[in-house]
Amino acid sequence: MNETNWKVSGKLKPGEIQLPSEDRLEEGPVAVAECPQQIPCDPCSQHCPVGAIDMEGLNDTPTVNFEACTGCSICVQYCPGLAIFLLDCSPKDGCDVTLPFEFDLPQVGEEVEGLDRKGKPIASATVKDVRTREESAGDTPTVTVRVPEEYVNRVRNIRRRK
Amino acid sequence: MRIEDHPILSFPEEEEVTFTYEGREVTGRTGETIASALHNQGIIELRKSGDKNRSRGLFCAIGKCSSCLMKVDGVPNVRTCITEVREGMEVEKQSGFPELPSSERKLNPGPIDSEKTEVLVIGSGPAGLRSALTAARAGAQVKIVDENPFLGGQLVKQTHKFFGSSEEEAGQRGIGIGEELTEKVEKEKKIDVMTSASAVGIYEGSVGIYVNRKKFVSIEAEKIIVATGAIEDTIRFPNNDLAGVYGAGGVQTLMNLYGVKPGSSALMVGAGNVGLIVAYQLLQAGVDVKGIVEIASEIGGYFVHAAKVRRAGVPILTNHEVVRVAGEEKVERATIAEVDEDGNRLEGSEKNYEIEFLALGVGLSPSYRLLHHAGCELTLDRRLGGYVPRKGPRMKTSREDVYAAGDVTGVEEATSASLEGAIAGADAAITLGKGGKREEETVEKAREELAGMRSGPYYEGIRKGVKEVRLERD
Repeated sequence: MNETNWKVSGKLKPGEIQLPSEDRLEEGPVAVAECPQQIPCDPCSQHCPVGAIDMEGLNDTPTVNFEACTGCSICVQYCPGLAIFLLDCSPKDGCDVTLPFEFDLPQVGEEVEGLDRKGKPIASATVKDVRTREESAGDTPTVTVRVPEEYVNRVRNIRRRK
Repeated sequence: MRIEDHPILSFPEEEEVTFTYEGREVTGRTGETIASALHNQGIIELRKSGDKNRSRGLFCAIGKCSSCLMKVDGVPNVRTCITEVREGMEVEKQSGFPELPSSERKLNPGPIDSEKTEVLVIGSGPAGLRSALTAARAGAQVKIVDENPFLGGQLVKQTHKFFGSSEEEAGQRGIGIGEELTEKVEKEKKIDVMTSASAVGIYEGSVGIYVNRKKFVSIEAEKIIVATGAIEDTIRFPNNDLAGVYGAGGVQTLMNLYGVKPGSSALMVGAGNVGLIVAYQLLQAGVDVKGIVEIASEIGGYFVHAAKVRRAGVPILTNHEVVRVAGEEKVERATIAEVDEDGNRLEGSEKNYEIEFLALGVGLSPSYRLLHHAGCELTLDRRLGGYVPRKGPRMKTSREDVYAAGDVTGVEEATSASLEGAIAGADAAITLGKGGKREEETVEKAREELAGMRSGPYYEGIRKGVKEVRLERD
């Protein structure tokens, strides 16, 4: 199967995503948008409390200003496409990935499987934080998991172990 | 089978009702349809076809196709997908071409009631509800009819968050938008609501409504807003009529509205937004989705919807088509194959899947028939989904008193439907002498927002189609 194009594969490759520098990741949480298509949608930039997400018009793709981003995760909670993730490599024992998660929520402390953009289990992940729908500003539950540093740009979903 | 736990929805325990199916007692829940109650009991085959005695099950689940017709209390051809189950009901499987009941009382609807309204809205999805609210706010007397037992159209099952502009409720789940609109309509004193009421014809000066399968009402209306939505398409492959081949929206109705799962494993056909969204919602309902089969070489829906199902482990098989489905009485397996760029099947590429159902998210066609009956000028535009009315910039059709808004004018998003509804409702009020400056502003603002929604590359086809079918009037 042709995996070179996101219009065919339904997944982005790390090179196709605007990523913060390693230094920025180590400073603390920062938002990464995996939203390459021009569709009419603007809640992320409208709700960002510090104006860190640029979008010229309703149909333009978002650009995150990593220096201005405070890592508050509001955009993760609002994004209707569940396409924004929060990355944070300030912990000493790995990196945290905060992802939108609309399935049966895990418990804090639970060990789960970290899945890549194809849903393949690639790393073990520890649940650090869970935000329920009720707690979410934008009605989307989120889960924060800690993964080994080398997986910070690859883990984009989780699966609870049975 | 009932969905027990759902990450977004809760299905409160409703009171049980007992009815009979083929003479034996079965139970359902108050507020659900006959088809939903039967599905929960594992009864998937609802009738046998007329000439070839083929199995028929639920397809669209919103009253638009004829797949689910059954005999109810002795009356044949009842659409069991929109008829609520009631205590003591007698439901029978229909075989072949049914005989009409011998009792004349069951068929004779009795005297026809006459009613009057200034604005009649047919359909209560986003376009219908928004048009009704806009016209009523301007002071017009409005009546809404919908053939489903509830208001909200297809919003009632959209558990995902909508896109669009933050000014137009982007980021809200469709179900929430439906609930809000319905609540506003119910509070609005100038709006009268008739559910389980089918508009069967638009005549000169009146609209015929068949209410609760019991009586006819003739409604005299000065302005008619047709917001009848769209019907799901099917595609050709052997046994595409087998019970267990559903429209994707039909599956969505069953699981998200009534909390009933049509099976535990499935294939989705079509990687447009409907196919992608419903595949994701099937996962949320605990269904094992084996894959999404897409004949085109690219995913047609939004990338973000595709990415959600991909990272949940569902493959999207572009350049693939359904070869056939097979099973006794209902779907048990499906065969798919790869196709080349010209659509030719590649030899040896066939793959088999053991599945309990197949969902078709292969497109929608506008439900134009009432407009046709009304004599409104129609035109075929593939970009808009099929036959659509020619209409002016304020949603007026070629007939002075008939407006059209929402998917019936071209299959798009709920947000665009709602905006078109606002324009139609405002203009209907204005031409009735009710509206003022506020309504003119509503029209202007909605038109601007519509243009904004359609301005991106994803909507190029829609943009061109809308322009093409425009009636240069108003």
